[in-house]
Amino acid sequence: MKQLFERLRPLFAVTDFEQRRTDLAFLHIPKDYAEMLIRHLRDHEGFSHLVFFTAVDYIEDGIFRLIYMLHNYATKDTLGVYVDLSRAEPVMTSIHPLWEQAALYQRELKEMFGIDFPGSPGVDEDFLLEGWDEIPPMRREFDTRAYAEKTFFPRAGREKTDPRAHMQAQLYPDEGEK
Amino acid sequence: MMSAPDRSRYPELVDGKPVVDLDSEKYVKLWHGPQHPGITGNMSLELTLCGDEVVECKTHVGYLHRGFEKLMERRTWIQNFPVVCRIAVPEPAFNEYLYAAGLEELAGIEPPERAQWIRTLNLEMMRLASFLAWLGGQAGAFGNGTIGQWTVTHRDYLLDLFEEMTGGRIYHMYMLPGGVRSGLPDGFEERLEAVLKRVEKLLKEIKLILLHNSVFKARTVGLGIIDREMIDRYGITGPNQRACGIKRDVRKDYPYLVYDRLDFEVITGTASDVYERTLVRYREMHQCIDLIRQILERMPRDGPFHEPLPNVLHWKIPPGETYVRAECTRGEKGYYIVSDGSLYPRRICIRGPSYTHAFPVMEKMAIGTDIADIAGLMVSLHTYPPEIER
Repeated sequence: MKQLFERLRPLFAVTDFEQRRTDLAFLHIPKDYAEMLIRHLRDHEGFSHLVFFTAVDYIEDGIFRLIYMLHNYATKDTLGVYVDLSRAEPVMTSIHPLWEQAALYQRELKEMFGIDFPGSPGVDEDFLLEGWDEIPPMRREFDTRAYAEKTFFPRAGREKTDPRAHMQAQLYPDEGEK
Repeated sequence: MMSAPDRSRYPELVDGKPVVDLDSEKYVKLWHGPQHPGITGNMSLELTLCGDEVVECKTHVGYLHRGFEKLMERRTWIQNFPVVCRIAVPEPAFNEYLYAAGLEELAGIEPPERAQWIRTLNLEMMRLASFLAWLGGQAGAFGNGTIGQWTVTHRDYLLDLFEEMTGGRIYHMYMLPGGVRSGLPDGFEERLEAVLKRVEKLLKEIKLILLHNSVFKARTVGLGIIDREMIDRYGITGPNQRACGIKRDVRKDYPYLVYDRLDFEVITGTASDVYERTLVRYREMHQCIDLIRQILERMPRDGPFHEPLPNVLHWKIPPGETYVRAECTRGEKGYYIVSDGSLYPRRICIRGPSYTHAFPVMEKMAIGTDIADIAGLMVSLHTYPPEIER
């Protein structure tokens, strides 16, 4: 996998290569070169399988990190391509011409993180949430607990047990809370 | 020279989207699901029909969306086990295994030998139980409802064994980081062998009643053919891929647990239609039984089944990210796990084969299919909606 990185380095602005296992590695690429790199990996390096495509919200750094997980069936290597997007301008080039399922991932990312992929088929259609008018729910600042308390109401007479206190009593009765 | 297909019956395409004028009385919109015996789980297909033929299909999910991936971000690592097993109801064990394996990799834990064998046994039993549920659905979609009753009964015999082994029939929470929660109960192996014999007998009968049934063959041969070119283009994995002759299986290609110490071949087909996919899965059910027997014959009976963990209420996983994969009944299942070194996961993304099988693949293959065959086509792709909705 390191050899692959060395081959890619003169062609694309790839950085921060990290070999997680012998068959799994990650690298970073700036947003503007990402689509070209992914196309190159698919067409010339044998990474024909889009395993999944998702994002991580690093709110403290002001970025969304996109992860394109690609797989090469011939060499059995899996490569995660990381692309950082500014949270202030979460727009990315669509890869729907490369894989049929990419449009669905992009539709999901639009709904769940608010990341836009202009031109991606159906990207503005609801994926799971109908009539959602809150912020995209997978963003870190969306508080599931506050939303639940605001939206739903407690059932009268229902007893609640704090899971943490219960596990403490069951598993570590002799240890105090640290 | 072939003439161009007659598209006069199909809706006009504008900007790549079909325009359906229901007032033209040429088309009918029909919702197939979410309440329909011929749909797999809580999802629906929005079909546009021209006569009996489907001219457009749109998959809809969201009926049981609970935001699993989001919920996991505010629970401690160990508290997520009751969440992950709900991400594929008929086969929760693959989720448990993958989540545990991902945490073990990030935390540098090596489960003991005996735990690896017990996990493999659990996963193969799970595969057999899940295939039994699917087989009943596949038969029922073509009018053989009785077979569904038989397979569900036999699945229940396996659930009895899961209850003995783990304490739970459906959701087990049995595989934890470091190993499994317990060894096998006394007499378990004999009872498991007795159930395997009953399942074998059932499969023999199903072969005669379903696979040799001329009506079933007439309706499934040539239906829903997945072209070889579609495999990578759509990210198709598992039996849907193997039925068109591509020999790929995570258990063989990227061995995990003790699969490299078991003797088995990757089962493939050629025709890639609904009948062939049924046949591939049917043969994989026999393979499951064989693998379970190999495990019972070779597994160690003594030794620890769990590595001690630190206090799990204060357990911080070292920062890092990984992707682990396994072969579930429907193809490649994987967990992408990101830790920032805190008590909680930073991000977990679940890769389930249904994501692509139920959406782009189903939407493409439904077009031109007779409405009566839609349920059978859907079941032949073997999809579970929770892993789409996560």
